[in-house]
Amino acid sequence: MLENYLPVFIFILVGVVVGGVMITIGFMMGPHRPDDEKLSPYECGFKAFEDARMKFDVRYYLVAILFIIFDLEIAFLFPWAVVLKEIGMFGYAAMVVFLGILVVGFIYEWKKGGLEWE
Amino acid sequence: MIEWITSLLSFLPSGWVTVIIILIKIVVIVLPLMLAVAYLTYAERKIIGAMQVRLGPTRVGWNGSLQPIADALKLMFKEIIIPAKASKFLFLLAPLLLIGPALAAWAVIPFDAQMVLANVNAGLLYVLAITSIGVYGVIIAGWASNSKYALLGAMRSAAQIVSYEIAMGFALVGVLMAAGSLNFGDIVRGQEGYGFVSWYMWPLLPLFVIYFISGVAETNRAPFDMAEGESEIVAGFHVEYSGMPFAVFFLAEYANMILISALASVMFLGGWLSPLAGLLPDSVFEIPLLGPLLGSGIHWFFIKIAVFLFFFLWFRATFPRYRYDQIMRLGWKVFIPITIVWLLVLGIAILAGLPPWFSAA
Repeated sequence: MLENYLPVFIFILVGVVVGGVMITIGFMMGPHRPDDEKLSPYECGFKAFEDARMKFDVRYYLVAILFIIFDLEIAFLFPWAVVLKEIGMFGYAAMVVFLGILVVGFIYEWKKGGLEWE
Repeated sequence: MIEWITSLLSFLPSGWVTVIIILIKIVVIVLPLMLAVAYLTYAERKIIGAMQVRLGPTRVGWNGSLQPIADALKLMFKEIIIPAKASKFLFLLAPLLLIGPALAAWAVIPFDAQMVLANVNAGLLYVLAITSIGVYGVIIAGWASNSKYALLGAMRSAAQIVSYEIAMGFALVGVLMAAGSLNFGDIVRGQEGYGFVSWYMWPLLPLFVIYFISGVAETNRAPFDMAEGESEIVAGFHVEYSGMPFAVFFLAEYANMILISALASVMFLGGWLSPLAGLLPDSVFEIPLLGPLLGSGIHWFFIKIAVFLFFFLWFRATFPRYRYDQIMRLGWKVFIPITIVWLLVLGIAILAGLPPWFSAA
């Protein structure tokens, strides 16, 4: 059972190694002639005048929080979806109630403007 | 073939032989995938060129057919610039976080009835989990660069990927409900029967469309390429990358496109199944040459992937870029409500045993 996952594990390692090897090749083949201008962060033609790690819009944070709620919900739906045919109408009704509660929250968030970007 | 290799390696302990055989299989998957990525870039330039009445690349090799090889070689000999203020370790880790999952997800994709590297029961869950890791690559790349454009691009890109992942996840739940299994092989076998009529794309049509559009948004492809937005934030999260690290980002993006196409084929278009199997009389499939061609097999899987990839390119040539608030509106206010409603409709259809898809239940 668990040995089925050995190829998966090896594949993940191979995937990372492939990327690592490519970057190493780049380091070996390419020239290294750094200078101050080349190593400065990209800016449209003038010197960067403040640190790039600045404040950013709180809405990105809000999206992240909403994502966690919905993604958890999807994680809850997965096992339910697999056995839906066995648990029948009762299971379906239970999930309708669960989704209903979530949809109420979703509507609240919508009305409060949590999804507005402009 | 496998027996031959086993006998060849019989002097090694059996654990090593298993690992070596797995490694050989992985190489057999990864090398053609790399080649497919290279020639996808060529196809992209040629097809979009044709759509815009241009020629595309013509100089290197016959009709430009060696262009991707030349590009790869060129990138290999370019200097890798690491900005002075960047966090060096994270800066180099980010491309690996993108390419690793983009390749590793192929471990569970069935190419044929028998051809699958890891026939695991939690295949779909694994794919959902491993493809989610990509967003870390994006956000770390943007943050580690310590550049304003990179940070802005990363924030936009991460928020967009995360938003569309929800719609995508709901679409996957629909597939699960229909198939009753997380195993990709079982999902494909659930679509056997009356040729293309039995494919899940019909009862799951809204989910299918949403899945594919979300896939386009997940890979940051046009018309959802706000993250790159050449005209305003130059190249988004990978503006500070050059040479091979940049090539790795590029490779990951195209590998992800192929992955999304493969997943859509497996889950909605019956993977390796022929659209005609079960519709034509059995005698047709016994005709030499033509029979196996019309019957189910790996070639149908590749044809379906190619069709989806063509759509990716077609979208890029056709649609103007979305505005950021429009992207977020589409993801949250259109796709999520539609998927939730369709899951409820689908539940009724499955419990009622709607033929021909769910009549066995």
